[in-house]
Amino acid sequence: MYQYNALDRQLINERVAQFRDQVRRWKAGELSDEEFRPLRLQNGLYIQRHAPMFRIAVPYGMLNAEQLRKMAHLARTYDRGYGHFTTRHNLQLNWPKIEDVPEMLAELATVDLHAIQTSGNCLRNITTDQFAGVAADEIIDPRPLAEIMRQWTTFHPEFAFLPRKFKIAISGTEEDRAVTWFHDIGLHLKQVDGQVGFTVIVGGGLGRTPIRGQIIRDFLPWQDILSYCEAVLRVYNRYGRRDNAYKARIKILVQALGIEAFREQVEAEWAHGKNGPMTITQAEYDRVAAHFAAPAYETLSAAELPQEKAFLRWVDRNTHAHKVPGYAAVTLSLKKHGIAPGDITAEQMEIVADLADRYSFGELRISHEQNIILADVKQADLYAVWQKASAAGLATPNIGLLTGMICCPGGDFCDLANAKSIPIATAIQARFDDLDYLFDIGEIDLNISGCMNACGHHHVGHIGVLGVDKNDAEFYQVTLGGRQGYEAKLGKVIGPSFSAEEMPDVVEKIIKVYLANRHEDERFIDTFDRIGLDPFKNLVYEGRAHGKAKSAAQENA
Amino acid sequence: MMAQLIKNGSLTVDTWNSLEIAEGESPETLSLPEGDLLFPLAVWLARKNEIIARYPRIGLLLQPADRVEDVAADLHYFQVIAVNFPKFVDGRGYSTAALLRQRYQFAGELRAVGDVLHDQLFFMRRVGFDAYALKDGKSVEAALASGFATFSQPYQGATDQPLPAFRRNA
Ligand code: HEM
Ligand code: SF4
Repeated sequence: MYQYNALDRQLINERVAQFRDQVRRWKAGELSDEEFRPLRLQNGLYIQRHAPMFRIAVPYGMLNAEQLRKMAHLARTYDRGYGHFTTRHNLQLNWPKIEDVPEMLAELATVDLHAIQTSGNCLRNITTDQFAGVAADEIIDPRPLAEIMRQWTTFHPEFAFLPRKFKIAISGTEEDRAVTWFHDIGLHLKQVDGQVGFTVIVGGGLGRTPIRGQIIRDFLPWQDILSYCEAVLRVYNRYGRRDNAYKARIKILVQALGIEAFREQVEAEWAHGKNGPMTITQAEYDRVAAHFAAPAYETLSAAELPQEKAFLRWVDRNTHAHKVPGYAAVTLSLKKHGIAPGDITAEQMEIVADLADRYSFGELRISHEQNIILADVKQADLYAVWQKASAAGLATPNIGLLTGMICCPGGDFCDLANAKSIPIATAIQARFDDLDYLFDIGEIDLNISGCMNACGHHHVGHIGVLGVDKNDAEFYQVTLGGRQGYEAKLGKVIGPSFSAEEMPDVVEKIIKVYLANRHEDERFIDTFDRIGLDPFKNLVYEGRAHGKAKSAAQENA
Repeated sequence: MMAQLIKNGSLTVDTWNSLEIAEGESPETLSLPEGDLLFPLAVWLARKNEIIARYPRIGLLLQPADRVEDVAADLHYFQVIAVNFPKFVDGRGYSTAALLRQRYQFAGELRAVGDVLHDQLFFMRRVGFDAYALKDGKSVEAALASGFATFSQPYQGATDQPLPAFRRNA
């Protein structure tokens, strides 16, 4: 994992001092609320429903045990003893006092953590694959380049006041676990004729106008990624719309110009920066990559696992193939039934930190599915890890299953929500609490967002649930067939929305249609692709007048 | 009232006035007063020859949407180019400044005007501004004391320091 040097540390300490002074000036009336707003946002500080919300950066999802302990300490000291991991690898605290944030930042800085650019219209935290560096299917480890890009984005003077936020994701596998097709810039590392480079995707995004990105460059040598991104950003900064926040993302600009014209502008711009000082040197790559060198793996062979049903179930769902024999990557589920997805208490953070120290070289990752990963566990230690994680409520064997859902904080915490999302998640978890049934249903992504901003990635869930507002009442729209991965695709809306009470039934009916139609070993998404939307729609809306029939009924009433 | 101007690390007297195009006036017809003027791009483009003939010192005022490319060949006429930030959250002026300095080698005074706050000075200097008209009511002393030195060493290259840290410190 990357270790800060003197320069990295100096910068985050200077950031703490800067923000301390900004808070002081705001309190003294030297900065108006309006002037303070973008400054606090660039430090991850929102004003939300109940209190401020504070977002701590976890760059490309990597943490060490000491950092997680510090997060636990902050949650306990300045908040209500828990935090919430998000779909962008970050930790959100929901109840801090603004006055405490400078001190919280100072404490974070002691363990090389910060909240830089976790919000606001700037270059945001770069995200990647939670199994980077250990995945059996990896082509190139994206972390050294993610770190080099993190440094380039930090306090970039030209791009601190963009038309809108800007998100970059990097994947180093064929499968793509970083949702790269739905980012402002998505990057796929690949190797062609012995040369390492990127396929560059631009103009994707979820939110109000979900758009799958388009390839702007099929192959860009890795050395050019900073200068090329600068060119993309300069074009976007100059010509992106600023008259309407909903139309300000780069995806709208790319759509308006067309990918060909956009590419031409970027290439013309890049002609000036290409081969310039921002070209990454081999020496810099090597310096950073050395931080991500493999830990001291032992030479092991595959371990015999105890034949205990509950344990084997967990191994089946919550471990992932490792490139080194005898090791496995373990996902600790933050999706225990009855708990808001992504939530973790201070005590649990400390337990996880201890597990990391004891079993995984002291390191951790956060996934965009809002779980924590111990990436380097010996297979022989799995049983012990399972027992300890179970005792802490972190071993629900539901990764990739219906109850392992993604869910944003929704109306319980978020000011922008149209509807609550956590109670929907909890109700569905309660309905599907039979593990045998859950296992039988098999792999399925359920993603829930409380509004069209899509923080819960509902568009790319096999089943997506979106909170909508109808005449001041909360309703839920359902999409089917969305997916992440290299074949990422947006889901299709099945029809009129449902009330909160109907949602567990709706999901149950969808599952019923799948179970009745699936071929042996066929995943939900494959059955959906084969039989299409209609069978699902028919059962879900059976006996329910909707669309034309409903308006006719109303008129006749 | 003329905003306070910070230049070369101290407060200076500003002799330049921005020319405003009032309602009902057009760049072609408005009357051009005496003195050191910052001309809006449209006025410059419409009256270039007249301005060059009449004024010993010429300034240009760019708005966020103005394209540097449109005056790229004229830059040697300007003592001063002012880039307006009508709202400090509109960051187009940073790219304008970077282009003027990095691509077109503009060597005169490059000033940020409008909604210019203490908190943006570090970024503004990095892209190439060397003069700043702070927003009215903001403390020049406070800005001079800490606005430019927020961070001692940047990671990435920009106008003031084109080499990124990985080349400087290599
Ligand atoms: C509670 C405070 C939050 C606020 C005020 C907020 C605000 C927003 C807004 C306004 C958008 C729309 C962006 C657009 O369409 O351009 C958005 C999108 C998004 N947010 Fe949040 N959000 C919050 C929490 C979260 C959380 C908890 C997560 C992760 C679970 C998250 C991750 C995302 C993601 C992944 C998107 C996707 C849309 C895209 O980038 O295309 N946000 N958020
Ligand atoms: S999707 Fe909407 S409700 Fe959910 S966190 Fe994002 S902005 Fe809030």
